[in-house]
Amino acid sequence: MYQFSSKLKMFSIILMVVGLIGMAYGFFTVPKDAHAMEEILKEKHNAHDTHGTDSHAKVADNKTENHNGVDTAKAHKKHVEHVLMQYKNRPWSAIFINAFFFFMIGVMVLIFYAIQWVAEAGWSIVLFRVMEAITAYILPGSILLFIFLVLSGLHFNHIYVWMGEHAEHDAVIQAKKWWLNVPGFLIRSALYIIGYNVFRYFLVKNSLKLDNTKDYKTYIRNKNIAVGFVLFFAISELFLAFDWLMSLDPHWFSQLYSFYVLASMLVTAITVIAVITIYLKSRGYLPEVNSSHLHDLAKYMFGFSIFWTYFWFSQFMLQWYSHQPEETVYFVPRLLGTYQIPFIGMLVLNFVLPVLILMSNDFKRLNWFIMIAGISIIIGHYIDIFVLIAPATVGDNYGFGVIEIATIAFFLGLFIFVVFKALAKHNLQATGNPFMKESEIYHY
Amino acid sequence: MSHKIIRAIYDDDDVLLKAVKEIRANGNNIEEIFTPFPVHGLDKAMGLKPTKLAILAFIYGLIGLAFAVWMMQYMMISDWPQNIGGKPSFSFVENMPAFVPVLFEMTVFFAAHLMVLTFYMRSKIWPFQVASNPDPRTTDDKFLMEVTLDGSAEDLTSFLKNTGATEITIVNNQ
Repeated sequence: MYQFSSKLKMFSIILMVVGLIGMAYGFFTVPKDAHAMEEILKEKHNAHDTHGTDSHAKVADNKTENHNGVDTAKAHKKHVEHVLMQYKNRPWSAIFINAFFFFMIGVMVLIFYAIQWVAEAGWSIVLFRVMEAITAYILPGSILLFIFLVLSGLHFNHIYVWMGEHAEHDAVIQAKKWWLNVPGFLIRSALYIIGYNVFRYFLVKNSLKLDNTKDYKTYIRNKNIAVGFVLFFAISELFLAFDWLMSLDPHWFSQLYSFYVLASMLVTAITVIAVITIYLKSRGYLPEVNSSHLHDLAKYMFGFSIFWTYFWFSQFMLQWYSHQPEETVYFVPRLLGTYQIPFIGMLVLNFVLPVLILMSNDFKRLNWFIMIAGISIIIGHYIDIFVLIAPATVGDNYGFGVIEIATIAFFLGLFIFVVFKALAKHNLQATGNPFMKESEIYHY
Repeated sequence: MSHKIIRAIYDDDDVLLKAVKEIRANGNNIEEIFTPFPVHGLDKAMGLKPTKLAILAFIYGLIGLAFAVWMMQYMMISDWPQNIGGKPSFSFVENMPAFVPVLFEMTVFFAAHLMVLTFYMRSKIWPFQVASNPDPRTTDDKFLMEVTLDGSAEDLTSFLKNTGATEITIVNNQ
């Protein structure tokens, strides 16, 4: 049995409290109206005058030169309103990034876990309880995420452009209205979330039941549930990524997008399994997990990092090469605009470092090397999700300040609290699984 | 210098694997084992050093990558500049995304082919090489082990028989 150490519990609660305070501060400091926004822009304008990098100041300057007074005032007002919208979006965007990131870790661990069942894999049984504990986050995570989506649907924020008033004059969004409308969006979101929670409930329940009964029928039934979940996940994740993330840029589209999100979150999820396993091992738990099990997890981390890079590049190269205006609109802020450094820089964290660190056979068996590569992967894919969401919601006015750190603190605290509380509830070994022996003597 | 070796034939890979451990524990020197297929874990049981082929593969890959960079720079930028995707910049860095598939393929090509050639050289397999296989049955279903004979032939023979050897011959090695 694992005992949730009071130190870690304290740490996670402090993280949550600090996060909540920071989030309140973030919402409080948002400029209230156009007037306050203008003050901020003026200040920014003055600050940037010396090196002249502020694109908005430049836009304003150009307009002063080219148009007469009335037009300039109109354009300026429109610009201020637009920037105000982005400033108001910033705390919401930060919450969405974290709510999505941590929720998807839970979901992706669940699909990884379900695949172990479907494949009747033998090696991974000693890691089952760790995986089950991580999927415990799906329930609280999905509730928070769904509240956020409902609030978006009720126009508490302007994260989704297609929900706003401007969409009515937009021919492209109007043409997509049969799919992108608020009721449909919320119904689909509810379906994904309920589906994941229900499958998670039954998969874990049966797995725990096996411990007592050691009943082969339960094993077969759980395997069949896992097959159902893999099918459900394949379809739901496809549309989930379209609905929640790709619709942030409603004009742009990419058929690869869902697989890109899948690759990004799957490698993060496997890394989280490895990191938590190594943490537990360092505390003296999970003696059954040997270097061969970690070697396998590290191989997945290595492989999926390359898989992610393949999608990153495939999505980019085709649109870069064909140079269609409606496609390049997605890459302009990321490749050439203010997001250039995170967009290119995450290739180092997500591809170069994991590949070089985890390439050697021996390094995949050393906990410290897995940890270094794992931290690089988790940070890198957090940046990845940030760059997927932020350019559409806050545009050039993004930053990494109090609100971003506070939301990470809150969701990380919640994640640690839920996962380790779930770990402490049951025996750390799935002793009833028929493949337990195979997993214990697993040796590469 | 010539010395005597014992050739023991086994007919099961599990028996062979167990025998290898017992013979090494007994202090005998195993010179070579011929098997019809790769036996998992045999290299570790024999105490062979890990292969350095992986390091070579990495170096070969880097050579391939460097070659591809040079090749694309020469072909597409300097020798015959091309307008790539409507972006006639004639700069390697700006056109790099179009070259990535080539860079990747050349890396794999060099790593794979040079690694196979290295393996052939290292295993002394080249054209007109006569097979050094002592018994043709090891290409079908038998496992042959060569053990150095230093001591009583009878003792070692009976010891090998006990480990599961089905046939034993003593030969002179030159």
